[in-house]
Amino acid sequence: MKRYTNKDIFIFASVMVIIVAAILSVVAMVLQPLQKKNIEINKKQNILLSLNIEVEKDNALEKYNQYITNTYVVNHEGERQEDKDAFSIDLKKELDKPLGKRNLPVFVGSLSKDTIFIVPVRGKGLWGPVWGYVALEDDFNTVYGTNFSHKSETPGLGAEIATREFQKQFIGKEIFNDSGEFVSVRVKKAGKADGGPHEVDGISGGTITSKGVDKMLEEILESYLDYFKKQKNN
Amino acid sequence: MSMDKEPLFSSKNLKLLREPLNDSNPITVQVLGICSALAITVKLEPSVVMALSVVFVMAVSNVTISLLRNMIPPRIRIIVQLTVIAFLVILVDQFLKAFAYEVSKQLSVFLGLIITNFIIMGRLEAFASGNKPWPAFLDGVGNAAGYGLILVVVGFVRELFGSGTLWGYQVIPESFYQFGYENNGLFILPPMALITVGIIIWIQRYRNRKLIEENKA
Repeated sequence: MKRYTNKDIFIFASVMVIIVAAILSVVAMVLQPLQKKNIEINKKQNILLSLNIEVEKDNALEKYNQYITNTYVVNHEGERQEDKDAFSIDLKKELDKPLGKRNLPVFVGSLSKDTIFIVPVRGKGLWGPVWGYVALEDDFNTVYGTNFSHKSETPGLGAEIATREFQKQFIGKEIFNDSGEFVSVRVKKAGKADGGPHEVDGISGGTITSKGVDKMLEEILESYLDYFKKQKNN
Repeated sequence: MSMDKEPLFSSKNLKLLREPLNDSNPITVQVLGICSALAITVKLEPSVVMALSVVFVMAVSNVTISLLRNMIPPRIRIIVQLTVIAFLVILVDQFLKAFAYEVSKQLSVFLGLIITNFIIMGRLEAFASGNKPWPAFLDGVGNAAGYGLILVVVGFVRELFGSGTLWGYQVIPESFYQFGYENNGLFILPPMALITVGIIIWIQRYRNRKLIEENKA
């Protein structure tokens, strides 16, 4: 049996780590543009899904440019922020800031005769973040469509929020009640929604994820309230 | 180099490939890797992708460790094995993100969990570190396939009864539901994976009597 001195071991370990690190960094660098492109395409597909438009990833960029005609950033008071690119804003970072300092992106979609306003949302599920897009009609009350994604919710349970069946429930729901107060759209326990304009069914077996979506909608839409009001008065 | 050239698929080598599928199946006989088998088998598709990823990681890591087997200082061999596995898993993850983004989104955290899969470390330690690359390769593919086979079977059963779909497509006809058939929510929950694995073990031992431990009492 060969004997290994401490020096041998150190040399072996160092060489191994350097080789592994070098290969991984090269691979990561080479693949990064492709990965970034995938993320961009995926984001654009998701934004279009909130307009209930399903596109293949090959023509996602083209369709996005066709339907999303304007994007801008507002602050908590609903004032436009110039020189900021809505698409590249990372909502995760914005949510760490105090309410008054957040940059809130708005995507404007133009369909045949309607103008739709899309806001990104982000919150917590059971295992990790959940996020998505909520599209509102120009009354800033009626939900035109939604799309949700998640990082690591349980397949078959919480992960069902990423299915169109769940998302389509939101179409036509309203975020303000009859007296004009903000009530959001509540995600109830599965089968417990009252069928009214402010409630949808959650996922059975995915209660915590459903609650996460519920809280996310309430919190993020609330931060846009001043913007909604300003737009409505215009 | 030894002079007695063994054919690539000699019966001894084929046994390495075949045994883990049945007689020494990592999940049903050695009862390893149960954790991940419970987590990702709710649907068929992630089960298959996970099985393929494990086949790749296990085959390549087995060959790597086998090639290095006379160089690795024994005192740090576990660390070396872990580094090789982690390296390969990150590689798979990066490639999936670049070329199969949808699939990588589905597997998300579970792919990283391959690193902690005891089957892989077990085979590296028990087989690859003492055998030549080709048998090590077969052993890796065989064991990963044995693991994958169970994963796919459990995924199939759970998706069929739990969601009424296979690979995301509806297979239980709508008319069944009108007659009062319902998807069994229990199949979606992790305990049902354990019960399904238990039933597979039962059936396997019924058909393959030599696996039954003798009652010493």
